[in-house]
Parts: sequence; C-alpha cells; structure tokens
Amino acid sequence: MADLINLIENWLEKLMLGWGASQELTLFILQALGSVLVVIICFVIVIALIWVERKLAGRIQDRFGPNRAGPFGIFQSFADIIKIFTKEYITPEGAEKGFYNVAPVLAIASVLAIWAVFPFAINVLGADIHVGVLYIVAVGSFGILAILMAGWSSNNRYSLLGASRSVAMLISYEIPMVVSLLVPVLLAHSMKLSDIISAQHPWWNLIVAPLAALVFLISSMAEIGKAPFDLLEAESELVAGYHTEYSGMKFGMFYVAEFLHQYTGGALITIFFLGGWGGPLAVQWPILGFIYFHFKTFLVYLVISWIRLSLPRIRIDAMLNLNWKFLIPVSFINLIAVAIADRVMLEFSVDKWIYVGIMFGLNIFILLVSLFLAGKASPEVERETFPANRPVAVPPGAESK
Amino acid sequence: MVSVLVFAAISLVTLGGAIAVVTNKNVLHSAYFLVLAFVGVASVYVLLEAPFIAVIQVLIYIGAIAILIIFAIMLTRRLMSKDLEERNQQWIWAALGALLLFGVLGWLVYSANWPVSEIAVPKEQITLMGEELLSTYVVPFEIASVLLLAALVGSILIGREKDQESRSAE
Amino acid sequence: MSIPLSWFLVLAAALFSIGLYGVLSRRNAIGILMGIELMLNAVNINLVAFWRYIDPIKMTGQIFTIFVFTVAAAEVAVGLALVIAIYRNRDTVVVEEIDLLKE
Repeated sequence: MADLINLIENWLEKLMLGWGASQELTLFILQALGSVLVVIICFVIVIALIWVERKLAGRIQDRFGPNRAGPFGIFQSFADIIKIFTKEYITPEGAEKGFYNVAPVLAIASVLAIWAVFPFAINVLGADIHVGVLYIVAVGSFGILAILMAGWSSNNRYSLLGASRSVAMLISYEIPMVVSLLVPVLLAHSMKLSDIISAQHPWWNLIVAPLAALVFLISSMAEIGKAPFDLLEAESELVAGYHTEYSGMKFGMFYVAEFLHQYTGGALITIFFLGGWGGPLAVQWPILGFIYFHFKTFLVYLVISWIRLSLPRIRIDAMLNLNWKFLIPVSFINLIAVAIADRVMLEFSVDKWIYVGIMFGLNIFILLVSLFLAGKASPEVERETFPANRPVAVPPGAESK
Repeated sequence: MVSVLVFAAISLVTLGGAIAVVTNKNVLHSAYFLVLAFVGVASVYVLLEAPFIAVIQVLIYIGAIAILIIFAIMLTRRLMSKDLEERNQQWIWAALGALLLFGVLGWLVYSANWPVSEIAVPKEQITLMGEELLSTYVVPFEIASVLLLAALVGSILIGREKDQESRSAE
Repeated sequence: MSIPLSWFLVLAAALFSIGLYGVLSRRNAIGILMGIELMLNAVNINLVAFWRYIDPIKMTGQIFTIFVFTVAAAEVAVGLALVIAIYRNRDTVVVEEIDLLKE
C-alpha cells in the first residue's frame, strides 16, 4: 500500500509478460500508459483549479463566488466545459487556416511536455534525463511560438499587437528565470531533477537561496501571464490579446493552458525551492511523496492566485524596466555570490548549519542592497497634496457647502 | 529495425521541413517550417546520444533565433501581395548546383572508410564538457563571450530609430 | 542494427544542399538568412555525428557545436538588425532591389 504506483505498474508488467508480449513492447506500453495518465491527471486538476480560482477570487473581492451550480458551486467548471464545447467555431475571414488551428494545440502541448520530467516520488518519475532543467526551459519556449502564431494568423491588428507585446515580455523574463534556476543547479551540482530534490534533504532551497526563489517566483508569474503581468490578455486594453479571434474549444484550450501553466509554475517552484516530494516519511512510503508534491504545489498555486487578485496590472515599459534594470542584475549578482560562497565553503568544509546561515545571510544582504540602490535610483515623485476643502460628492437633498 | 524506422521518420521531417522553407512563397510560412526543421535536427541529436546539444538546439534555435526571425518578418512586411515571385532569375542554376553538390558530397561521404570506433558514450557528459570548456578551450570560450557582447551592442546600435540624430551624435 | 555513420553524413549533406539552394535562389533577405541557418545546422549534425562515432570520450565535437551555436546566434542578431535598418531606409527587403549604395 505504501508504494501504490509501483505496485500497479509491476502487476501490469507481469500481466503483459504473461500474455507473451516482449520486454520492449511491455516497456513501451507502460510508458505510454504513464504519460496518458499524467495528461488525464493534469486535466482533472485543471477542472478543480478553475473552481478554486473563482471561489477564491470571489471571497477575496468580498463577494460569493459561483454558488448556483451545485452545493458551493462545485459543478460550475463542468457547466463551463459543456458551454465551451457547444459553442460555434467562428474562424475570421482571411485567417491562415492551418496555423490558426495549430496554435492552441501547440500552446497546451508545450505546457504538458514539461510534466514529462517531474519526479512525483522517490521512484515515480517520467524521464530522469541529465539535462532536466534545460529541458524545462526549452520546452517552455514553444509556448511563445504558439502565441506568435495565434497573433499573426488571426488577421486582426489587435491580436498582432497583443501577441508582439506578450512575446517581448515573455522572452525578456526568460533570462532572470533561467539565471535564478541555475542557483539550485549550482547547489545540487547536477541538472537532474531527482538530484536537485535529494540535495534539499535537510534544508530546503527556500532557506539556502531565498533571493533566487523570489526572483524565480516573479519571473514565473511573468512567464505564466498572471497579474500583475497579465498584459497577455489585458481585457481593458486589447480586446483579449492574442486569443481574441478564438471561440469555442480553441479558446478553451488557451484557457486550460493558462491554468495548467500556473499549476506547472507552482510545481517548478516546489521542485526547485520547496524540496519536491520531500517530507516526513516520504522515502519509506512513496505514496506520501506524491501527496506532499501536490500539496506543496497547490499551496504555491494559491500564493500566485493571491498575488494576482491583489495587485493591479503594471504598464509595459515599467515591466520591462523592472526586468532589465532590476531582476537581471540582481539574479546575476546572486548567482556569482552563491557560486563564490559555495566554493569557498567547500574549501574549508564548514558545518551544514554555518553553511545555511551564511548563504541565507548573503541572500538577504544582496536583496537589501539592491532594493536600497533601486530606491535611490528612482526619482522622487512629487505627490499631489489635496487642499483641505476639496469638493466632495454630497447626496441630493443635503446642504451644499 | 526500429531505429532505422525512427531515423527514416526523423530525416523525412527534417528534409521535408527544409524543402518547405526554401520553396514557400510566403516567407512567414517558411519561418514556421524552419521551426519544424529545427525540431527534426534536435531529434537527430537525441538519436546521436547527445542530449545536451539537443536541448540547447531547441533553446537557442527555436526559442530565440526562430522567434527573432518571425519578429523581423512581421516588421518588414510590405503589402500582402500574393503574386510576389519568390524565386529569382537564376533558380534553375542554383537548383542544379545544389543537386550537383549533394551528389558529389553524398557519394564521397557514403563510400569513404571512416575509422568508426565502438567506444560507449560517457554518462556524465555535462561534467566532462564543463571541465574541457574551462581548461582546454578556455580561450575560445572567452572570445565567444566577447563576440556575443559585440553582437549585442552592434545589433542594438544598428537597429535603433534614427530620429534622435543630434542627440546621438554627442 | 545500429545506424551507420554515413547515413547521418548523407542527411547532413542533403540539408546543406537544400540550404545552399535557399541562399542562392530566394529574393527575400530573410529567406536567405534562413538558408544560412539550415547550412549551419547541417554542419552541426556532422560535428555531433563524428563525435559520437569516432571519439566519444573527448567532448571536442560537442564543444565545437556549442561554438557554432554561439556564432550563429550572434550572426542572426546582427543580420536581422541590418535587414530592419535597410527596410527603414529603402522600404524593401528584396535583395534584387538593394543594388545601389545611393538610390
């Protein structure tokens, strides 16, 4: 019972070998079954996440969320899915048919492909490749291509404008994301995701490298396209950005891709900074590792939703300034400082406690210095002061001053 | 047997994408097929047991160069004239030359006696590559970073808008 | 049955020839750049194939490939900046029409 997933896999393997299938065919079928299972789990999770997001948004904004479709509105997602399935596909005239239809599929494929390398427990992994970290970044860049394809082939200038702005933001924020991802790689001396999780065994990377976690959180939110970086679909500015001209299930695929990307971003933060499937008794009972992984990912997902629902959207030039003038120098200096500190402390072979303390202090020091410098560099804004008897709206019938 | 089938499929995708790149009238569609060709080449690297190069190929070529090319195409479109002839006047000679080159190269390479060895591919490729980059090949490594800096500064300078000439002359 | 080295080299030769045809016969400047990228990819396939089949212990082939990636990226960046600058001045990217230094 403790190792449920491997138990099922071994039983299936014996069954197929008993039917006379060759070893390679069995392996192939089991791996295909595993990937189909991961995809199905992802879609089921997204259905639940849409409900959570809407309820949470409602409560944070001091209103009820959906509460008509079933008790507490839990069937709202199913109602939405049925509605989206039955909508008509309106293809704009002049759209390039092939690429217009391929773009949503590419968007969702690029997010699903990231799930291939996630370790869910100590012996439940998809593909334990040696370059796992780089694979994640590389596959994420397919989504950018999907946005460009969608924006251009819609034959709509607002789509194109939205797509160009989104792509400019996405490729800019890839840089601090990759550089801050290099810090856990440095600390674990390997690019395999299972090694990175094993290296976080006593102390999570959140404590050893908090600045990298912060930079990665901010750039992940920009990559996903969640507020305050949500000009990908700035409803009040650009109709709906690059998915203006999509209706029905094609829009549904973009929508699902966005929620799944948010959950995937949470999973990445969990793996790199929160210890992945680690937790009490996770090594002896692998099924607990699976549960811890999803629990931590869900927590990070809630944090991202919380930030999204509390902050307004940043203007695009302020956003690009934040990236190029603050996040990139900070992430580079962080990487260099962590590399030097790690090497020096390796020379002296210090205790684990002192190591963690020095790393934590170094990160906080760099963060404070960079915030201080950023504060010095921005100009003093003349705040407008209101006069004492400023005009106030009075209800009709009251005395007017 | 399976590896031969896989190699045939990957070469079909790569060469098909490449031919679509060079014969398509619409240059944006050529760029999309270029992405397909790059994916095919990355699969060839995976077949050759070089996973690092495969992932770097996707990251650099598809994630950066293809997006840059598509952006440049979108910025330099004139009118969407459908009758813009894409081949120039000497395309017949170009095709003949390319075919001749392929014939000579292909025959030479196929019939040569390569000193193939059966050494197994090392497991820790990244570690070995890191050590060699920083010891044997450190000079080209540093020169490559200077080259990238020069390309960065140069392309920003060249691509800049020229409406601030008096200010930029100072 | 493993795949012999010469098959990979023939694939690279075919890709190189297709890229060469693209460079010599396209009218759009960016189309020519795409042909150049195909040729560089063919060279990379050659390098990695030779690394794999002849001496996989020394990582020379892969390191050479990384430098080719670097140079290709730098070249595409500067080339496209040039193309955009020319488009701003001459309003065309067809290379047959950009044939005089001063129009």
